[in-house]
Amino acid sequence: MGKKFQVVLNAKTCKGCGICAALCPKKVLKIRPDGKAEVADPAACIGCQSCSLHCPDFCFEIKEVAANAGE
Amino acid sequence: MEAVYEKYFRDNLPHIWCPGCGNGIVMSALARALDKLNYPQDDVLLISGIGCSSRMSGYMDLNTVHTAHGRALAFATGAKVCEPRLKVFVVMGDGDAAAIGGNHFIHACRRNIDMTAIVINNSIYGMTGGQFSPLTPTGKRATTAPYGSIDRAFNLVDLAKGAGATYVARGDVFHAAQLTSLIVEASRHKGFAVVEAVATCPISYGRYNNIPEPADMLFWLRDNTVTVQQAAKMSEDELKDKIIIGKHFETQAVEYCEEMARLLAKEKAGDNNEI
Repeated sequence: MGKKFQVVLNAKTCKGCGICAALCPKKVLKIRPDGKAEVADPAACIGCQSCSLHCPDFCFEIKEVAANAGE
Repeated sequence: MEAVYEKYFRDNLPHIWCPGCGNGIVMSALARALDKLNYPQDDVLLISGIGCSSRMSGYMDLNTVHTAHGRALAFATGAKVCEPRLKVFVVMGDGDAAAIGGNHFIHACRRNIDMTAIVINNSIYGMTGGQFSPLTPTGKRATTAPYGSIDRAFNLVDLAKGAGATYVARGDVFHAAQLTSLIVEASRHKGFAVVEAVATCPISYGRYNNIPEPADMLFWLRDNTVTVQQAAKMSEDELKDKIIIGKHFETQAVEYCEEMARLLAKEKAGDNNEI
């Protein structure tokens, strides 16, 4: 199994621009009906950092989870 | 926020910028660049002018000055001459750098003083309501150009190069990782470095030019940028309306602070001899 990642989303500072969900290559992130981002499928994250690099409001932190944590 | 660069921010986020504003992405790139450069925070001076982008100095936990419109480079020059140990970053918007501070910009380039000027180009005066700026591309709409701007836009890279800057690069907010490395490279360069960061303004620019969604503006950047290497193989017609990103120019020249220190030392030695 490859590396696993945890997506930490700080919804407090999210302004709901939708950049993260549009750029996420694995559809990990989704836009809630109120316009803000949510982590819909955390297991699919490949740690590309696209959301973290492009979020204008610094909402994301991508942490690498130790390989044997869930096995 | 990534824990590694949290220390570069004061505790006053969220910022005032609109949803999807490119300034936030540039600020994130700058924080990452500072993290890579690993300068002590007390040795970094961030100076900004006036405008949306210039609010950045209020959020970053460095030595910061929020100065007069267009005059950020003048303040930075004074600070750098007095304290050459400082690593100076100057953040300006496109109107701030190329219109109101146009003269300061070209003369700072000519002087080749060791600092990094980051010009955030969102193609519009965002803060005052979307008037067209000297960097609004010809034909694009703005509140003061409802049928499209007639003026020809500056090519900031050519302007900086022509005025004598010794490092000129252009990045954009879609290629945020590249923008980070360009800022790192510019800061390590000895002399006046200009990094044009092409940013997005969905509210004042996108809405008037049929790309109102922040994410669509990023995709528009993705589709309309070519690297310097690709551009070298393309014809002028193909390059029309394309944004050429990457390092455009680098050379070495006499640095202003060093030359000033040398002259002062020489004159002091001369005086002593006379006495």
